[in-house]
Amino acid sequence: MDQALTPPGVAVAVRDLRLALPHGGDRPNAVDGVSFDLLAGEILCLVGESGSGKSMCAHALMGLLPKAVTVAGGSIRLGQTDLLAQDAAGWRDTRGRRIAMVFQEPMTALNPLMRIGDQMAEMFEAHGLLTPRERRARAVALAREVGLPDPEGIVRAYPHQLSGGQRQRAMIAMALALEPAILVADEPTTALDVTTQAQILKLIRDLQRRRNMAVLFITHDFGVVTDIADRVLVLRQGRVVEEGPAAAVLGAPREAYTQALLAAVPAMNPPARPAPDGPKTIEVAGLSKTYVTGGGWWRAPRTVAAARDVSFALRRGETLGLVGESGSGKSSVARLVMRLIEPDLGTVRLGDTDLTRLNGEGLRQARSRIQMVFQDPFASLNPRRTVGQIITDGPVAHGVSRFDAMERAVRLLALVGLDARALERFPHEFSGGQRQRIGIARALALEPEVLVADEAVSALDVSVQAQVLTLLEDLKARFGLSMLFITHDLRVAAQICDRIAVMRRGEIVELKTAAELFANPEHPYTRDLLAAVPGRARDAA
Amino acid sequence: MSRAIAMTDSPPAAPPAPARRRSPLAAILRHPGAVLGLVILAGAIGAALLAPVLYPASPWRMVQRPFIPPFTLDRVPLGTDALGRDIAAGLMHGAGVSLLVGLVSTLAALLIGVPLGALAGYLGGRVDDALMRFTELFQTVPSFALAIVLVAILQPSLGSMILAIALVSWPPVTRLVRGEVLSLRSREYVQAAVVTGQTTFTILRREVLPNTLSPIVVLASLMVATAILLESSLSFLGLGDPNRMSWGFMVGAGRTVIRQAWWITAFPGLAILLTVLALNLIGEGLNDALNPRLSRER
Repeated sequence: MDQALTPPGVAVAVRDLRLALPHGGDRPNAVDGVSFDLLAGEILCLVGESGSGKSMCAHALMGLLPKAVTVAGGSIRLGQTDLLAQDAAGWRDTRGRRIAMVFQEPMTALNPLMRIGDQMAEMFEAHGLLTPRERRARAVALAREVGLPDPEGIVRAYPHQLSGGQRQRAMIAMALALEPAILVADEPTTALDVTTQAQILKLIRDLQRRRNMAVLFITHDFGVVTDIADRVLVLRQGRVVEEGPAAAVLGAPREAYTQALLAAVPAMNPPARPAPDGPKTIEVAGLSKTYVTGGGWWRAPRTVAAARDVSFALRRGETLGLVGESGSGKSSVARLVMRLIEPDLGTVRLGDTDLTRLNGEGLRQARSRIQMVFQDPFASLNPRRTVGQIITDGPVAHGVSRFDAMERAVRLLALVGLDARALERFPHEFSGGQRQRIGIARALALEPEVLVADEAVSALDVSVQAQVLTLLEDLKARFGLSMLFITHDLRVAAQICDRIAVMRRGEIVELKTAAELFANPEHPYTRDLLAAVPGRARDAA
Repeated sequence: MSRAIAMTDSPPAAPPAPARRRSPLAAILRHPGAVLGLVILAGAIGAALLAPVLYPASPWRMVQRPFIPPFTLDRVPLGTDALGRDIAAGLMHGAGVSLLVGLVSTLAALLIGVPLGALAGYLGGRVDDALMRFTELFQTVPSFALAIVLVAILQPSLGSMILAIALVSWPPVTRLVRGEVLSLRSREYVQAAVVTGQTTFTILRREVLPNTLSPIVVLASLMVATAILLESSLSFLGLGDPNRMSWGFMVGAGRTVIRQAWWITAFPGLAILLTVLALNLIGEGLNDALNPRLSRER
């Protein structure tokens, strides 16, 4: 028999956990024989690519598995209880009091119609603790502990009045309310900007030390692992690949898979690149766009500057990176350049044509010269059209016959590393990385001079991300393309960009060659951004 | 070239297991309510098709004494009405009228509603404002009253009834399509079609409208039911086609004698109820089959 008690010092013991997927999935078990001990007072990182089963492990710990997923075997021991054997009442008591969870998306995890303080107080109410008065006092104390500004005031605020980082702090406060011994954090910083992410990571670290909690931290980001983990567990397709102290796994990984994953993480030092000296292909001058929302008879409208006097030029064969946090206007600039949105002021010159002056048929014709690769490989392909149709629709719209366009599509697919048989299939039959290749083939089908990539690799796993970056670089060189590369990830920018423009609140605050920007950033905001990139410790080593 | 091929993240020769998409038909057949609805609807269609065979004579012809209760004479199994007309014959001939009016008027409403909604949603701005105000104009007028006025002006006939029902039932379609198109318009694949230089018409036809199909199909199935009810109500008021027997007319004709001869109104009323119920069940089944994310089983 199993021993009934977990050994001293072990907060949770997971043994041979197997979670079965419904029939017809890509594998029989989402999690297949995973065992680990979460020790009291440590942060254990579960790392893996999408589909590795890391989130399933976290949800199993909270009893929050999707209905279709069933427990096929194993045990999760917390003290004297086997969590998997307990009933619904047992789970209710366990959740919040003994194990608490922080979710990825703080906006959707909070009830938008309830004040923050009431949601914190609800934790006590659910477990029948304290009087309403004491609950309110505890809510304020918790808000203070997680570093929310003006705790007395903020408990009366609604979630939408808080920033993303503040919401995540409120989520953490709720999780800490009943002083659980274990905190499960499922990608808690993935939806946040780097500077906010750095603050939240520090907060989790501090709280964990102060309260001596055990933290199970789920992430796909090795930078975050470097910054926060005591121990690391690498998962792949539901199995444990490697386990050990953070320094050992990150510094000297034993398994080939871990080595490959770590090697795929882009480094922070930009490689040396020859300065492009071709003619200017695109020139953007004084581009401005202001969004005005709301406003009525008695309220002043809210204005957001998406772009303020943005100017840059792009030479043939050059890659210009636009980096910044969410809301900095980098995607708006991409869409302004593409004329997907109309600028208030300013011009975009493509060679000798002024794109901003064109309209109707003239604009439609000129569009073939500048093409875009989109962020979301799942949303950027029409689910009801075959890959062949998706790639050839553009050329056909410009007067190429469907037959010729198909021939070109076959060549393009080979170029991006896909088989010609893909033409007949629908987008849902491909993985994220393959879909992004299809998106690139679609953009290239029109033989553009400029490629605008809007967060083109952000939704991909690191290993796939590295492949797509290599592909883009390769194609750029082959066709002499200019590329405007929008990203929030400074590591990616360092690898692919010749020059980088840092954007904040619609303005370019600094524009330099990549090497110079990383070596001596001038603007304080650039410095903040660079300092907040997770995992810098490993780069320095 | 060799480098590009070496970069594939998974061998293209081994296609990933195609995501198992149940065909919508199979999904509907797993829905017991929808199956019941299909059976009832098939019965109604069967009745409409068999009417000229089983009752070749006009359903308006008097065949027996008036007020024969149902299940008493074999020749008139459901009895006769106040003028001695065969109720069973009326029911079967009426099925055709009800289904025809329901189907054709719904199609006509879709023909008006879908293009207007698509244009309003896709073009936005002033076009949207103008089209939506126009739609609201129709929505603010009580639809049944408007239908009565239209039929009265146009003279009661099958065609005018279909036209009237179509003219009062397109606004919800426009609203639905506009909403769907608004959300689809900002999808990346629609933007991709814009930047590859496709024309607005092509984008609407290829990228946008096919993806609004499922909610439209669901709405249409429910609209057929509403149209049948409208047709019955119009006929009940005597605004139906005077040459066509219809369920609504039968209910209307029998209402004055409902206390002496319940069957004259009850059977056509039951027929309306069952057909509308069947269409609603089918609509619900379609909704679960075509919008799996909203269905309750997940």
